[in-house]
Amino acid sequence: MDKTEWKVLKEIAELEKVPQGAYNFRLNGQLDGRQTTEHIDIVSKTDKPGIDILVKPGTRGESVHIPVVLSQTGLHDVVYNDFYIGEGAEVDIVAGCGIHNTGCETAQHDGIHVFHLAKGAKVRYVERHYGEGPGTGENVLNPKTEVYLEEGASITMEMTQIRGVDSTVRDTVCYVGPGGECVINEKLLTDGAQSAESNMEIVLQGAGATGRVVSRSVAKGDSVQVFRPCMTGKDQCFGHVQCDSIIMDRAKIKSIPAIDAQSVDAQLIHEAAIGRIAGDQILKLMTLGLTEEEAEEKILEGFLQ
Amino acid sequence: MLEIQNLCYEVEGEEGRLGILRDVSLTIPDGKLVVITGPNGGGKTTLARAIMGLVTPTAGKIIWNGQDVTALDVTGRAKAGISYAFQQPARFKGLKIGDLLELAAGTVLRHDEQCQYLTRVGLCANDYIGREMDASLSGGEIKRVEIATVLARRAPLMIFDEPEAGIDLWSFSQLTKTFQAIHDQGEATLIVISHQERIIDLADEIVLVSKGQVSAHGPKADILPGLLSDGAMAPTCYGKKEAETRG
Repeated sequence: MDKTEWKVLKEIAELEKVPQGAYNFRLNGQLDGRQTTEHIDIVSKTDKPGIDILVKPGTRGESVHIPVVLSQTGLHDVVYNDFYIGEGAEVDIVAGCGIHNTGCETAQHDGIHVFHLAKGAKVRYVERHYGEGPGTGENVLNPKTEVYLEEGASITMEMTQIRGVDSTVRDTVCYVGPGGECVINEKLLTDGAQSAESNMEIVLQGAGATGRVVSRSVAKGDSVQVFRPCMTGKDQCFGHVQCDSIIMDRAKIKSIPAIDAQSVDAQLIHEAAIGRIAGDQILKLMTLGLTEEEAEEKILEGFLQ
Repeated sequence: MLEIQNLCYEVEGEEGRLGILRDVSLTIPDGKLVVITGPNGGGKTTLARAIMGLVTPTAGKIIWNGQDVTALDVTGRAKAGISYAFQQPARFKGLKIGDLLELAAGTVLRHDEQCQYLTRVGLCANDYIGREMDASLSGGEIKRVEIATVLARRAPLMIFDEPEAGIDLWSFSQLTKTFQAIHDQGEATLIVISHQERIIDLADEIVLVSKGQVSAHGPKADILPGLLSDGAMAPTCYGKKEAETRG
């Protein structure tokens, strides 16, 4: 990996050097480095591009980094990654994709991730998407994430699209078993002519299942965002969907949260709000010595923190 | 020293132009604690906001330490050393109380420094530093954080707009101690808009603002007895009612 590619890697995975623990680096559609540990194995698929990540039952305090970097214009990279997390294992998984597009052709990465969490397993999944480069080619990221949680398993997904992604369609589906928990924190920033669409479906299908979605977004310039989070309750469960957006300039935001109760014991709530930055917030920060632009930046930074 | 010269602020009302501030002139020497009081709607908040630059006066000048700040925007006045605690503070989604204190101080604060500012407004620091400045805070809590941000600025001119509103009794007594302590150190000039006798009692000088004008200004000893006895704090419709009764 060269300097530019490491810079992109830093943006998406906060890595400045090869990480501790298991990792798999994918660069321009090819394997660029891999490390496994005693408890975590990574195996290349033979029938299609992608990897299987196998975490042994009872694994504790380990992490897996699986970043993807694209620096070749015109490349359409599709990858299938399957995660098998053993019973009672607790791991951090850091994924994410960064594109450095220097050409005039579209660079696209579609990451198709499927998670299988066995009984009592616990995963913190961090995914950051980022695009840059002087080229005129579009940076496109269309991730598909599917999660299956067995009894008592839980996943926290932090999905962030920082900047520079021209077009994204994110599809996330999560099936939550009895006593399981799915927490999704989504953060999205679009600017210019960018577009982003996020579809989520959380199905609470076991007694005591919990689902929480907190989606925060900022749309600037002429960008367009559409959110469709849906929480379905099929048993005694609790689900909460919260979508909060700041709209600026000539942007457009559509927020369509849905709750779908299929059991009398399902308790589901949704909230959605779209609004501009409040004037009193900017004035307050100006009284602290910030300029209007600095104030706006701080407010957005805090909002997407 | 703060000098306000012939300040006017007019707005377009249904019945023509309405004078919110009508030729207000006022001099506040350095290091004084001045309480501005008077009936609701009399122009106190507008006057304070005009000093901070949140309201643009239609005429008159504001001179701070010899510099004419009338044309400066809010940021410029903040940098010149003027600070202001809002009567109704803004809430922020995502910004934490600790972040806001650091923005106010203009520097990274140690944990104990953050604690100190929050303790001075009666908040237990460990419970609050990491909390968001959002709707989960009560009105009284948000108000106290607002005051803490002004303390953290350590500006030579501090304006507090009805700091006591919404604050419980225990915190109120902490607040009066804090104002007293800042005043005793003599490093800042304090302007406090208040109706509270205990805050008025801290004042070196009292300014009575009503119907957009300074109707009295002087040392506490001269003004306070009149305030308490002759109904100067009565609502603005007092005169009208009186006229009706007489009529």
